[in-house]
Order: sequence, then C-alpha cells, then structure tokens
Amino acid sequence: HGRLKVKTSEEQAEAKRLEREQKLKLYLSATQAVFQKRQAGELDESVLELTSQILGANPDFATLWNCRREVLQQLETQKSPEELAALVKAELGFLESCLRVNPKSYGTWHHRCWLLSRLPEPNWARELELCARFLEVDERNFHCWDYRRFVAAQAAVPPAEELAFTDSLITRNFSNYSSWHYRSCLLPQLHPQPDSGPQDRLPEDVLLKELELVQNAFFTDPNDQSAWFYHRWLLGRADPQDALRCLHVSRDEACLTVSFSRPLLVSSGMETLLLMVDGSPLAVEWRTPDGRNRPNHVWLCDLPAASLNDQLPQHMFCVIWMAGDAQKECVLLKGRQEGWCRDSATDEQLFRCELSVEKSTVLQSELESCKELQELEPENKWCLLTIILLMRALDPLLYEKETLQYFQTLKAVDPMRAAYLDDLRSKFLLENSVLKMEYAEVRVLHLAHKDLTVLCHLEQLLLVTHLDLSHNRLRALPSALAALRCLEVLQVDDNDIESLDGVTNLPRLRELLLCSNRKGLRQPTALQSLASCPRLVLLNLQGNPLCQAVGISEQLAELLPLVSSILI
Amino acid sequence: MANNLPSEFDVIVIGTGLPESVIAAACSRSGQRVLHVDSRSYYGGNWASFSFSGLLSWLKEHQESSDAVNESPTWQEQILENEEAIALSKKDRTIQHVEVFCYASQDLHEDVEEAGALQKNRAPLTAVNPTEAADSVFLPKEDESLSTVSCEIPAEQPPSSNPESAPEVNDVEAVEEKENDGNDKTCVQATSEKETGENVPTAENTAEQPKKNRITYSQIVKEGRRFNIDLVSKLLYSRGLLIELLIKSNVSRYAEFKNVTRILAFRDGRVEQVPCSRADVFNSKQLTMVEKRMLMKFLTFCMDYEEHPDEYKAYEEMTFSEYLKTQKLTPNLQYFVLHSIAMTSEATSTTIDGLKATKNFLRCLGRYGNTPFLFPLYGQGELPQCFCRMCAVFGGIYCLHHSVQCLVVDKDSGKCKAIIDQFGQRIISKHFIVEDSYFSEKTCSNVQYRQISRAVLITDRSVLKADSDQQISILTVPASKPGTFAVRVIELCSSTMTCMKGTYLVHLTCTSSKTAREDLEPVVQELFTPYTETEIENDEGKKPRLLWALYFNMRDSSDISRNSYNDLSSNIYICSGPDCGLGNDNAVKQAEALFQQICPNEDFCPPPPNPEDIVLDGDSLQPEPSESSSILQTNSETPKESPYLGNQEEPSE
Repeated sequence: HGRLKVKTSEEQAEAKRLEREQKLKLYLSATQAVFQKRQAGELDESVLELTSQILGANPDFATLWNCRREVLQQLETQKSPEELAALVKAELGFLESCLRVNPKSYGTWHHRCWLLSRLPEPNWARELELCARFLEVDERNFHCWDYRRFVAAQAAVPPAEELAFTDSLITRNFSNYSSWHYRSCLLPQLHPQPDSGPQDRLPEDVLLKELELVQNAFFTDPNDQSAWFYHRWLLGRADPQDALRCLHVSRDEACLTVSFSRPLLVSSGMETLLLMVDGSPLAVEWRTPDGRNRPNHVWLCDLPAASLNDQLPQHMFCVIWMAGDAQKECVLLKGRQEGWCRDSATDEQLFRCELSVEKSTVLQSELESCKELQELEPENKWCLLTIILLMRALDPLLYEKETLQYFQTLKAVDPMRAAYLDDLRSKFLLENSVLKMEYAEVRVLHLAHKDLTVLCHLEQLLLVTHLDLSHNRLRALPSALAALRCLEVLQVDDNDIESLDGVTNLPRLRELLLCSNRKGLRQPTALQSLASCPRLVLLNLQGNPLCQAVGISEQLAELLPLVSSILI
Repeated sequence: MANNLPSEFDVIVIGTGLPESVIAAACSRSGQRVLHVDSRSYYGGNWASFSFSGLLSWLKEHQESSDAVNESPTWQEQILENEEAIALSKKDRTIQHVEVFCYASQDLHEDVEEAGALQKNRAPLTAVNPTEAADSVFLPKEDESLSTVSCEIPAEQPPSSNPESAPEVNDVEAVEEKENDGNDKTCVQATSEKETGENVPTAENTAEQPKKNRITYSQIVKEGRRFNIDLVSKLLYSRGLLIELLIKSNVSRYAEFKNVTRILAFRDGRVEQVPCSRADVFNSKQLTMVEKRMLMKFLTFCMDYEEHPDEYKAYEEMTFSEYLKTQKLTPNLQYFVLHSIAMTSEATSTTIDGLKATKNFLRCLGRYGNTPFLFPLYGQGELPQCFCRMCAVFGGIYCLHHSVQCLVVDKDSGKCKAIIDQFGQRIISKHFIVEDSYFSEKTCSNVQYRQISRAVLITDRSVLKADSDQQISILTVPASKPGTFAVRVIELCSSTMTCMKGTYLVHLTCTSSKTAREDLEPVVQELFTPYTETEIENDEGKKPRLLWALYFNMRDSSDISRNSYNDLSSNIYICSGPDCGLGNDNAVKQAEALFQQICPNEDFCPPPPNPEDIVLDGDSLQPEPSESSSILQTNSETPKESPYLGNQEEPSE
C-alpha cells in the first residue's frame, strides 16, 4: 500500500513498439513524397518541409540535402530579398538542429558550407561561435574543425587568433590531433620565411617554444600519439628541390643514365629532360631501367654512334631538367669506356629527409630530453623511435651502434610492428653503408651479414660494380635494382630470395651468386629475367630448392642459353 | 495547530540532518508513512547553512545560557503503567567554544540591517538585530566546558549580556589592544567614504572598482542574504556515494553544483596550485618535464594499484609517506601526493590507506571537471533539504520547530511505540530514527565523543591570485606537530552563492585537539592577516585580509557504537551528526544501513517513475511525483510551504 502504480514493462514495450511503427510509416511516406515531387520538378517550399522532417531525424540522407539545394537555388530566383533572408535564417536554424542530432554528419556540415558561401553577407562571427560551441562539447570533432578552417579562411580570421584558439583547446586536452594539425598550418602563415629559405619552416625561437609545448605533452602522457606526430612535424622539413644527382655515359653500351633526387616522370623528346651533346640538343628516347613508364629515380637513353665517336678528344654531355631548373654535365674522354659526374652523397642530402636541417644544438637538446624520458619510460615506443630518428639526423655513423641497440629494444616492446622496424633498420644500415662507401671512394659495396630485410636507396648505387648482399633476410631483388647499370658481380648467397625481378637488363652483370636461398627459388621460371642480362656467364644456384627438380639443368640451359656455367 | 497531525506513522524521524533526511526520503519513497520533525526552526541541524544574520542568530542561541527549558514535564502524566519514557534533550549540547572576531571597520550607523531580511526571510530567526549580535564577541556559557574559554577573554571585554545598551563599541571587537587602536583611528575616515559611496549599489561597486575594495561590517550585514554559511564544510566526491544517490534517486534535480576549480598546497609559507589532472600537469609551469612524468606515472599506477601488488607489497607495513619516499618522486611531488591528493595523515596512514585515497581521488577526477569535487550552490545545507523535498513529494509530513519530549517504550515488548511531542500529542509509530544530539545526557552518559574544530572566515581576496577571481579551492595544511591534525581549508567565491561579491568565505576544519580557536588560529595567522585600513594602498601580493572570523567546536558523533548509548529499544535507530571527513559517504552509508534494517529487501531510493507510466485509476488516486501538481495528500506539501513552518517567525525564546 502507499505505493505508486506504474505500467509494467510489457505495456511500455508495446507502447514503444507502436510509436516506432508510426514513425517508420511517416518516414517512408515522406521520403516517397519527396522523390515524387523531385521527379515532377516541383521544387517548392513543401519539399523543404518534407525533407526537414526526414533530415531532422536522419541528417545523413545525402540525396535529400541535394534536393534542398535544388529547391533553394530555385527559390533564389523567385523570392524577394526579405523572403530569402527569412528562408536562410530558417535553414541555418534547421542545420543547427540537425547538427545537434548528429554533430558528425558530413552532409549537414557540407550543406552549411554551401549555404554560407552563397550568402551575400554571411555572419562569420556567428559561425565561429557555433564551432566553438560544438568543440566545447567534443574537442576532437574533426568535421567541426574542418568547418572552422573553412570559416576562418572565408572570414580572413587572423592566424594569431586561430592559434590562440588552438592553444585554449590544447590546454584543455592536449590529445587533439586536429588542434595540433591546425597549429602546423597556422604557424608557417604567422612566421613566413624569406623566399630563399626553406618553406614551411619556423624561426628558431618559435620552434623552441613549440618544442617545449609538445614536450610538456609527451612527458605528461608519452603514450599519446598526437603529441609525437606534432613533434615529428616540428622537426621535419619540406621536400628538397628536385635535383640531378648523377650522370653516367657508357661507350660500350652507347647509353646515358641520369638519376634524380626523387622519382620523376620523363617524357620522350626534349620537353622535360633536354640532352645536349657537345653543345647541341639531341632528341632521344628516355626510358626506365625496368622498362616501366612510371615515375622513377633513374632514366636512361641510347646514344647514336656519332655522339660517341673517337674523333674528338672528348665529348661533352649536358642534361637539363626543364621543370626544375637543374642540370648536370659530364665528359667522356677519348679512349675511356665511361664517364660520369655525381654529387657525393652526403648524409644531409640522403638521409635527413625525415628530420630537419635545424641547428644540431636544437636536435641535440631534443635528443637529451627524449633520453631523459626514455629512462623514466624505458618501454615507450614513441620515445624510442624518436630517439632513433634524432640520432640519424644528428650523425648516422657516430650513433650507428647505439641506434641498433635502440632498434632491438623497440622491437621487443612493440612486436606488432617488428617487420616495419626491420625494414626501417635495413634502410638505415644501407644508408650508413653507402655513406662509408662514399667516403672510401670505391665502387664495391659490402652489405653481408646485416640482417637486411629490404633494399632501398638503390638509385644511389648507379656506379657500383660489385655488390655483396649475402647472409641477409632478403626475399626479393626489387625492380629498382635494374638501376645498377655498372654492376658486374652480384652476391646474394644465403637469403630467402623468391623473386629476381630486379635482375633485368643489367648490361654488365657477369656473375650472379644465389647459393643457399633455401626458402625461395622453387621454379626455373623465377630465373626468366636473367635472360635479359647479356653478359651473364656464371650463375650459382647451389642449395636452392629448384636444384632438386628432375631435368633442371636442361631446363635452365634452355632458359638461359648465354650463361656458360650454371652451378646447381 | 498540532491537532491536525495524524496520530499514527510507520516511521518517525527526529532531526533533519543529512542522514536523517536521506532515510526519510528512502522510507517515504518505498511507501512508508513518514513524520519528520526537527526542534529547530530550520532544516539540517548541524548540517545547515545560514545567511549572515541567520548565523548571528544561531550564534546568539549557542552563546546564551539556556535555562528556559526547565518547564514542568507535562508528558509524565501520559505515561501508562506498562510504559517507560526516554526523555529527549531540550538543549543542543553539540556546539561549544564559540568565538567571534570582527576586523572590518564598523559603521557608526546603528540601524544597519540585512536587506530584505524582514520581507522574505530565509533565515529562520530574525528577532536579533544583527549588529548587536556581532557586538557580542562571545558569551561565556554556564556550561562547565566553556569555563576555560572565558578566561581567554581580553580584560577590557565586557560580556554583552545586554546588547541593546552597547551600541558602537569598537573596543568590543578588538582581539588585541593594538588592532583596536588601528581600528579607532581609521574608523571615521572609513565611515565618511562609506557615505559617499552609499548611492552606488555595493556589489557593483566592489566588482568594478577593486581599488575601493573596502568592505565594512555594515556592508556584510546589509548584504547578509548573499551569504550561505555552512556549519559543516564538506565537498562531494564526484563519484562518491552521495553523488550516486543524488543521481539514482533523481534528487539531483533539486540542487545545482559547481566544480571545485583548484587543489592547493601550502608549503614553505607559500600557497601553490597542485596539478592533479592530466591537463593540469600538462599546463603546469612549476613542474619540470621530468617531474611531470614522475607524477603522471605514479598517479597512473595508483589508478589500478591493486593489479601491481609487487610494486607496494613490500611497503605495506610502512606509512604512506615512507612509501612515497621509496618511489621516484621529488620531495615536491611527495608533498603534493601525500597532503593534497591522498589527503592522509603523514604519521599514521599506511601505504594501503594512501593508495586507496589516491585512487579514490583520481577515480573522481574528470567526471565533472578538472578536480574530483563538487560544491552545492547555496551551501551544503541545501542537500538535506533536497531529500526532505523528495520525502514530502512522496507523502512525508514535515514539522519544523516541533520538539519531541520523549519516546514511549512498551515495558513488555521492550519496543518503542510512540512519541509525545511538545504539545503533549502522542504519535504512534513502528520505527524511530533519532539524531544523536536529541538524546539526553542520561542516554549518552557513556558515549565518548570526539570534537570537530571549525572556523568560518570572511576575507577580501583569495589565498592564491588567479586569472579568474571566481575560484573554489581546497587546501590541506598538514599537522604542525604530533598530536594535532591536518587542517582542511575550503575557500568559496561569491559565485557559489555563499558570500557577497568581493568577498570569500573560508571554512577551516580539523579534528579537535583543543578548542577550535587554539587548533585553527595558527593556520589562520599563516594564511591571512587581520583587516586594517592602512594597508590598503600597496596591497599586491599580500595575504588576504580577514574581515570577520568565527570559531566553534562541533560534536563529532560519527562511528559510535550503538551499545554505548544507554537503554535503547531495538526500533530506535541512531543517526550521527556530521563527521569530520571531507566527503559525505559516512552519512549515506549510515542512511542506507538503517533503511535496510527498517525496510529489508527494499530498493534504496530508486528513481521515481516516469510521469507517463503512472497509472491513475479511480479512487485509489496516487500522487504524481512532480511538484507542479500542487495537491498531493492533505499534508504532503513540499517542505518549504509546509504549514508547520508557520511559527518560524516567532522568536525562539
């Protein structure tokens, strides 16, 4: 007694069910009506009314937003300015109510952009306030961030104000990718660099302030990725200008090879890449070493006999990259087989692509604070990775041993990314080997016993004649290997090679040693590409699975008739 | 007037403090007929909040010797042969050692009154002229416990037994002769300034012209209704039992809350902010990068310390402060964690206590804001009233200023069966819930009570200046020497609706070792400086100035075994008064435990049903639980409009 009687749960459920059914009916009939009217071309206010019923419940119905745009465009031509103003006001209000239903609706935000950009005198201040309110509720709503950037751009809000806004949100919760990203857009605007300097970079005082801010974030919570990404951006640098790195002329093959600082697409003829021989332009067919017409580091062309004859004491070759204002020259002396000209691959050009050319004092102090953090958080992967990158940026050879130790730790704490880390490590080791080779000024590269899993920077090895890749964990010789135009001996013993795609069209390759690739090379067809290497005389396949096959020596002899000795 | 009280109930609750109010609400909600009475004319008992004049009246009541209660006990005649009576106390003995100090300059006007005090009286007792009450710094009581205090009165202090005859006595305010002099000198000047500024509304004046920020005592009195001064100073842990109960029962809709904005620490004579949330740590300028990491790492560990027993098992026998020393924490951080986050005692808390307290703190962080605490707007005293309101909505009957003379016990069954109220009416019930302070000395003769030391200060600025002057801060000052206790300081700004603009209301609380003033004055002196006019010019960076201060001791009747009370029937349940702790868990736990005894197997304060789901059919019409439908049952109006509140205008004497 004395108790409230309440409906049972079955009664409630039934009432709810009926209500839902009713709603569904209304929804479907309204949708039907909108489509009929659209088909009939009746684009009037009734369509606005109907679509608003549906969109109010489900703002993600993109077609209906299109309908509304059609109607509004139609009405613009029919209504008086006063009527239109009322219409726009209603539309803005309606959009806001839809955003409250779903603050992450692409359609709704887009419609708002569309509407605002059509208004003669949009009230941008109001829009900024709307963004602030939505970001108050969810500071990581990137839809709203997008819209805010749109509004700020349209309203020409000073970058300083927007930067202050990102400050306030980062203060509230620094785990905010959008806010950090916005900073990375605003800061270069606020601190434009002189034309000559590298673009997208910050003056040192600003950079140091940002570094301190972001350090606060990752010392507070080193597991938060957003801060580390921003840190990487701060220390990163813009892409270097396109450059010609190496030019090589071979009399024997009557061939000229060019390597660029990044993969580029060269069209035939003289429009993109102009070749001048002894002062006059020469039309040639440019192609890539692997024959694919894709952006590539290395391009080559055949030379007519006239440009290589021995009548002159020397021939002068000059290549001009038309788009990038870069050029390179080399001389082929009388009686010489080849001539080349190349930039020495300093570590800066090669390997500081990820981290910047900032003063090393800045990098050094960053490295120190990261090491400090690492002592406190020995298992933090972001910290370990950043340390590795900083060491590479500072001095890759000096820190080589230390870097390898950090890689080991990193792999242990982040086994999910072990393969990625192996590849990254391979890349760094290769870079270091290239550097060492450069300093020694030899054309022989030893990369044995380095635990490599992947080959990269092969375009740097244009002039290498002997390459030893034995005792690694390589699974393929990638097509970029075809850039090694001077390669004579290739040792790939004791790997897991399955594919030899890159051993294609290597004009000087004489010996290929492929012993003990126990997991790979099962089919003779994998060796097909070797037939395109005209001077290959020695092929060692001992210890490969395919050696067990019946009649293998006959098959190979047929496949590779020019190779005089095949060891199986 | 009392004739219209029904003569039978299921539950009679005596006292309107927080635990009693929660039980009343819970019982009423689950269908019990509840009578809720309080002998005082206001809600909350020792949990109440007062306007400034209300507080002065309350002070007067507790400063006066109350011998008027020796009426002939008329109820004796009503006790039958097979019955026994447990007389209840007529006098509140829970408040002692009341001392008041006024530092703000006095006006020469005599007739200052709280604005609107007579028209809309929220304060229950208005008979006293506030200025008069303030003039009485304190009055010694006959009570023997006060005899020690009275000898501390400065010699020139006349006991203001006749307040009317002592207008404008500045010397009465003086604590020391020196200060007294200062006051006298500046008094005239202050008054003249006051007159020129009279036309400007005070609140705006102080807000817009901080330079002229001179708050006089008469301004405090005039703006007295802006004050809501809590007798107990507590906060709500944002995942504490009270918050969960408020949400579950939907009582939360009767109250509003503000987040505490800062956790402060007092170290080496300096007040500083303690970074405790992720955002705080990130933004902190005082911590080094490494400290940031250390602190975050330790706090993250505390969040789920149970899962890493190897990290603390070896230190279980140690105190928490010893344990912290073994962790990778700088002394700075150890201090923050020990005193400001765990808020545990340096000397006695074990590692587990500390970890538990830290975890609780962190668990509450971020639910509503950057600190773990909420403060109810208009003061802690709102909370018991919210539950009373819920009780009334479900049919509970309220009588304030209605005392109970005795409980009637049936000799045969040994059970209590009725009460006899102040009008001699006998009211039958099954269960009797009585707040500790209502029991007579005879009943509690064996009870050992602890005491809480309290101070209430009105100051002119915050203990730590910040961008915004609207901060709510909590500061723990560790115990200074063995045998004393840490002092909890809560500073409230005017937007909490507990003090007038331009002032701060500061509550100090600790477990008593001596009188409130002896316990708390050292801390007050370290944090504040008495108000003097001369200092006003170059006041940047100085301590906040005291405008007014009150000290008193309150009985702590928590955690007392039921067996300590003499001769209580099994259906008499005891509720304790406020405890010294920061949160309200104790009160809620108590209420829930007692409710389970009264109504076993009933849900404790379930959410009210959706109005749409209430079945209204024919004569068995049930009240709808919404205050908008004004008529429920004849007597069950919301407490604020209850006819039993009618006599509150009468002077209490």
